[in-house]
Amino acid sequence: MDTVATLDHSHADHEHKASWWRTYVFSVDHKVIGIQYAITALVFLLLGFILMMIMRWQIAYPGQPIPWIGQFLGDANAPGGIMLPEFYNQLGAMHGTIMVFLGVVPLAVGGFGNYVMPLQIGAPDMAFPRLNMASYWSYFVGGVVMLLSFFAQGGAANSGWTSYAPLSIIATSGQTWWLFGMVFLITSSLLGSVNFIVTIIQLRAPGLTFMRLPFFVWTQLVTGFLLLLAFPPLESAAVLQLMDRLAGTSFFMPSGLVVSGEALDVSGGGNPLLWQHLFWFLAHPEVYVLILPALGITAEIIANNTRKPLWGYRVMVYSLIFLGFMSFIVWAHHMFLTGMGTAISAFFQTTTMIISIPSVVILSALFISLYGGSIRFTTPMLFALAFMPMFGIGGLTGLPLAFSLPDLHLHDTYYVIGHFHYVVAPGTIFALFGGIYYWFPKATGRKMNDLLGRIHFWGTFVCMNGIFLPMLIQGLAGMNRRMYDGAAQYQHTQGVLVWNETIFHFAVAMAVFQLFFIVNFFWSMKKGAKVTSDNPWKATTLEWATPTPPPHGNFVTPPEVHRGPYEYSVPGAVQDFTPQNERR
Amino acid sequence: MEIPYTVEDREDTGLNNVKLGIWLFLASEVMLFGGLFSSYVLLRVGAETWPVGASILSVPIATFNTVVLIASSVTMVMAWASLKMNDFGKFKLYLGSTVGLAVLFLCVKAYEYADKFSHDLYPAESTFLAIYFTVTGLHALHIVGGIVVNGYFVGPGSKMWKTAPEQFTNRIEAAGLYWHFVDLVWIFLFPVLYLL
Repeated sequence: MDTVATLDHSHADHEHKASWWRTYVFSVDHKVIGIQYAITALVFLLLGFILMMIMRWQIAYPGQPIPWIGQFLGDANAPGGIMLPEFYNQLGAMHGTIMVFLGVVPLAVGGFGNYVMPLQIGAPDMAFPRLNMASYWSYFVGGVVMLLSFFAQGGAANSGWTSYAPLSIIATSGQTWWLFGMVFLITSSLLGSVNFIVTIIQLRAPGLTFMRLPFFVWTQLVTGFLLLLAFPPLESAAVLQLMDRLAGTSFFMPSGLVVSGEALDVSGGGNPLLWQHLFWFLAHPEVYVLILPALGITAEIIANNTRKPLWGYRVMVYSLIFLGFMSFIVWAHHMFLTGMGTAISAFFQTTTMIISIPSVVILSALFISLYGGSIRFTTPMLFALAFMPMFGIGGLTGLPLAFSLPDLHLHDTYYVIGHFHYVVAPGTIFALFGGIYYWFPKATGRKMNDLLGRIHFWGTFVCMNGIFLPMLIQGLAGMNRRMYDGAAQYQHTQGVLVWNETIFHFAVAMAVFQLFFIVNFFWSMKKGAKVTSDNPWKATTLEWATPTPPPHGNFVTPPEVHRGPYEYSVPGAVQDFTPQNERR
Repeated sequence: MEIPYTVEDREDTGLNNVKLGIWLFLASEVMLFGGLFSSYVLLRVGAETWPVGASILSVPIATFNTVVLIASSVTMVMAWASLKMNDFGKFKLYLGSTVGLAVLFLCVKAYEYADKFSHDLYPAESTFLAIYFTVTGLHALHIVGGIVVNGYFVGPGSKMWKTAPEQFTNRIEAAGLYWHFVDLVWIFLFPVLYLL
């Protein structure tokens, strides 16, 4: 069934040909929208990375003019190429915002979720194709608003990606742009999450019961619920903050607030902690939105390349659901130092300990899945294999932060930065790279170049650790985050300042290694080795049962599912893999 | 391949896509207003003094508005029931009434707002007025949304009745669920802001 002959079916749809705009720009096809999401998100990831590079220069060489780039930043931001502290704050806030809300989540959920999930459940498209398109364009507009905010009076938002009140209330107009941008992004996420959940529940192919769903689909389902239920409180918080900024209300402004020696003219009576509660009620589940799709992608790649079923699939699924539920009641562990009270701290410290259990179960199941497999070390597999220990480091370094006592020392230091970047950068982003290498042949009909892929992998792997490991050391020494001079002014951090330069060098090297990916991505689209089968990785899940690339409507004949998702190396089977749609 | 279950129910879930979608959307709306109600509780508990709603706001006007909104919910159900009974004329009458009542609600709300503004009572005045204007304002936006959707189904959208009556009935049901939710939010807002 998986022969070259089916490739011709990709042109079967030509009878009702849509216009160019309808096909490539305002498309309602989930695959086109998925690719739109992925490309836009990759561009934003690159942009967020560039912002970070400018910041790292400033941290490594405080007060020295930024080479070449400095001349384009303008006198308001960097007179003579030397960065002003205010501009550093803008870069910091926008790096976080862009990476989380415009880069990683849109790539993991909007990109991979949109492209792969409907194929994996054997659906012709998403349940609401036009909502899907609206979701992408709302995201796009939100991104444009965020970018335009750099040109606002006083520059972009500069109160950190967390936008803590009261600082954010008295900040320059960029913060208002940020809030409007967030409203678009939240709308996009709402439309997307409703669509994802309905699609998974309603459009599963006949025979595809919940316990036969590929693990990636499960992660998208739980992620959908997190986005659906966690984002609205941030939307209400954004509305309240907009009121504070535009209508002069005091939701987050306490009475008697004095700024620069002058009492503020506000009615007062508000509570800055309220913002933190509403913000983290979203932003903690958001952490799992970042990581769950990555776990899903890793699970797919690992099962495929170990040629073994996932170890403990059911336990993984139950852990995932439990983890999704728990993620709603851990948020205040970000707030141990706000003076909210020891009883509340004790509660959130306990729930945080509990949530680490299902994460460890899933990661352990992935590790055990490797045991006894004849592993194919393909490029996607390298990324998946690296994801596991990197995410492991990210998770384990989180434990001291989860306890309210060690958090007193570590809070707001580079240790925190190191911790969550280990989760997201060499963690999630590695899985996303792996996913790109893994599903590229399905989307384009060509494989990405293996040598370039391997150079990209090893370079990135070394550099990621070179960047984030020193941060853990700096943080333990007490170096604070958000210091525009890299904490050079403090006595107690002098011993670890040397790492600032090291980190910068690794960051430059990592930028160079990303060029291998960019070149590979575009070169392989045109010149990569053509796949000779619809199922080049010899995988079991349904996305490989479509023609390559899948036409509008996806499947030539409606698929039927007869078995679980990972029937690899079944004793007595003809091949070492049995696709889900093969009859018993 | 066509997208399945846009009209008919899926056997094992007992739902069509639209109905599941609108319930999920409402779940997220619950979280949106839940965030605002929680903020209200936290701000009120932390405040030194908090005015009795009735001393600033008009309870009779709000009671009238509550009746208007409940009536609009009733006509919404009747509109859907009329479609189920294949009576398109009555459907138009009932859904038209729903839209009309919603507009009436907004007019009364606008009068209330204008009355406050004329006494120099703006959101910046106090935390109570801040939360009052924010939450009722957001609720009013939801009413506007309902007017747009239901207005569409009375007007140009009703053409669908001729081509796909079952799908059209489903759409009215979904619009109705949304409308009842907006109504329900007001049922919470009224006592919380005016009576407590």
